[in-house]
Amino acid sequence: MVMLMLKVENLHVNVAEKEILRGVDFELASGELHVVMGPNGSGKSTLALTIAGHPRYTVTKGRIIFDGEEVTRAKPEERARKGIFLSFQHPVEVEGVKVINFFQRTLKNLRGIEEVEAYDMIFKAVEELGFEGSMLSRELNVGFSGGERKKLEMLQAYLVKPKLLILDEPDSGVDVDSLKVIAGVIARLHKEGTGILLITHYGRILEYLNPQRVHVLKEGRLVVSGGMELVKLIEEKGFAAVNGDETAVKA
Amino acid sequence: MKQQSRLEEILKAGSLEEILGTAVPYPKEIELRGEITEDVIREISRIKNEPEWMLRHRLKALELFKKLPMPRWVVGIEELDLESFSLYSKPEVSNEIKDWDDLPENIRKTFERLNIPEIEKRFLSGLTAVFDSESVYSQLKEEFEKKGIIMVPMEEAVQRYPDLVKRYFGRVFPPGEHKFSALHHALWSGGAFVYIPKGVRVPFPIEAFFVIGSALEGQFEHTLLIADEGSYVHFIEGCSAPMYKGFSFHDGMVEIYAHRNATVKFTTIQNWSRNVINFNNKRAIIEENAYVEWIEGSIGSHITYTYPSSVLKGEGARTAQYVVSLSNGQYLKDTGAKTWHLAPNTSSKIVSKSISANGGINIYRGLVRILKGAKNSTATVSCDSLILDEESKAYTYPHNQSDEPSASIIHEATTGKLGEDKLFYMNSRGISEEEAKSLIVLGFISEILEGLPFEYVEVLKKVIELEFSEVGGVG
Ligand SMILES: Nc1ncnc2c1ncn2[C@@H]1O[C@H](COP(=O)(O)OP(=O)(O)OP(=O)(O)O)[C@@H](O)[C@H]1O
Ligand SMILES: [Mg+2]
Repeated sequence: MVMLMLKVENLHVNVAEKEILRGVDFELASGELHVVMGPNGSGKSTLALTIAGHPRYTVTKGRIIFDGEEVTRAKPEERARKGIFLSFQHPVEVEGVKVINFFQRTLKNLRGIEEVEAYDMIFKAVEELGFEGSMLSRELNVGFSGGERKKLEMLQAYLVKPKLLILDEPDSGVDVDSLKVIAGVIARLHKEGTGILLITHYGRILEYLNPQRVHVLKEGRLVVSGGMELVKLIEEKGFAAVNGDETAVKA
Repeated sequence: MKQQSRLEEILKAGSLEEILGTAVPYPKEIELRGEITEDVIREISRIKNEPEWMLRHRLKALELFKKLPMPRWVVGIEELDLESFSLYSKPEVSNEIKDWDDLPENIRKTFERLNIPEIEKRFLSGLTAVFDSESVYSQLKEEFEKKGIIMVPMEEAVQRYPDLVKRYFGRVFPPGEHKFSALHHALWSGGAFVYIPKGVRVPFPIEAFFVIGSALEGQFEHTLLIADEGSYVHFIEGCSAPMYKGFSFHDGMVEIYAHRNATVKFTTIQNWSRNVINFNNKRAIIEENAYVEWIEGSIGSHITYTYPSSVLKGEGARTAQYVVSLSNGQYLKDTGAKTWHLAPNTSSKIVSKSISANGGINIYRGLVRILKGAKNSTATVSCDSLILDEESKAYTYPHNQSDEPSASIIHEATTGKLGEDKLFYMNSRGISEEEAKSLIVLGFISEILEGLPFEYVEVLKKVIELEFSEVGGVG
């Protein structure tokens, strides 16, 4: 039997009194990789941030069930401890906090790994992924370029090895070589059993991956779910070509 | 009193007090209360068996105290009824204390809880411990005594080194500066006298530790540090008090004289309990090519006023003033630094970092004056405020003035906030709000921590983590 990892039920979300998500339903089975696409402003980041528990996003209706437990009202750090990891579209600068120290703390809290061991792990991971070791002694995301931030998010996901990895545009603003590395990390985590929800605008990253399902979000609703053919359709004809009532592509 | 009870309402027991435990009752020999009169001063002087000149100094200061107006920068101090405080309180200890074991158990325990004897053994060149109004312990490791270094309680210096004391006492920070310096000079008791001879470098820090043992008490310790030509010393001052019901008042003074080519580092880690009203009067006179570095860390207390000051008197004199102030809870820190450039080629650097959380208020009040003739002098002031939530505040009142065209003053100020997105980013990596705050605060002050000995950095990290932990602070 397939185990459900994430279940989103009739999710309605408000931001600043405005309804952004208007009834989203989907399920992600253990170890699956799903893709979410959709026009700018359709609510993809809202969905990601809501699952991770951002306090600005108010769930007005519906539920989020992770690993058989309802987490709709859980604190973000509790969700993280249960195994949800969000790689941000826009990671924020955290002045004064060194990357290495932050990673050590993360590993301690999420995987119970002590400082000294974490230190070695982090340096080893940087080497494995071919990243610059010098970034570890900088302040977290401070002055990092867009692409560098994405790599740093990836590095953290790689270290944490979460049960569920939500990736909000890990491929935006990333050069071709880095894209390969990032896709490689995702593929590896996927292979090791991490469930993945990947938000992207481009089919390119998917060439390295093997998604089970593609969802299209428009105006706060999942209008279609299907296979890789949806990606092709969107890339060729745009989002106007995919509508919920088009039975041809309906899941 | 009505005012007092309003203040008491906002005083809640904090984590640091928990570490210290509640106050241990101890027998007191003498306790003076009530109005500050000439008789009170004479009585203190008589108990201390002081020479006539010191009594006269006190009485003159008392006159000034009565005449001087309340400084305008003082807020909240009207809530302090000086005359309700015990102005002089001598713990009952024998006069010859050579070892911690010679102290009464309850006093010794207070210091042991703070790990002071252990730190002394492992890490210090010498230590003075002041309990209430008296120095109860003062030991310099023998090897340093042989080099001619002096470290004795201030009272003992008055008796044994009157010429040295007369030359410097009240000359760096005179009684007439303001009402509280006058009060201090009239009532001073306890503190350390340190003299470092020419060319002597003290390899490990010397520490003074101050404890206020009971409520409604005033502490007026006086520290006088003289670094003769080419000498080096790092002096560390720690302050603590257990938790009491009533208020205590601290009006201490530090006078430093750094002679030619001397280097003095003076570090204060103030961690009074949240019912101490804390005044500090700190000033250094810095001669030719000498260097004085202040590190002023204010964590505890109800209200703190402290502005370590440097007078760059000789050509090429330098100073750095690092001021870290944490107001976590409904407390006030009014801190800053003052620097006067009197000679050519002098340089100064002020780095102020304030952290306000849970309704805390920080005020930076700074002064940099470059006088005409202080050619090619440079001053930099950087003032960073970190505000951790909506209820907390930070204000800066810098006053920079140069009358010398070839001199320069650079001023920078930043205000950082712990925004929702930053906090969420950290939360989403399994870091709780409390942990996130302490990480951010430690990062914010890391530049200053780097200048401290390892042992103290560890202690400070613990203290800050506790401040923001769920059980501690006021959160
Ligand atoms: N704090 C906010 N206040 C007001 N509107 C908001 C706020 N946050 C998000 N929105 C709005 O919610 C809608 C969805 O935003 P969201 O970031 O989820 O879009 P997205 O699908 O991730 O877009 P993109 O592809 O550009 O990243 C947008 O119209 C956005 O302007
Ligand atoms: Mg987005």
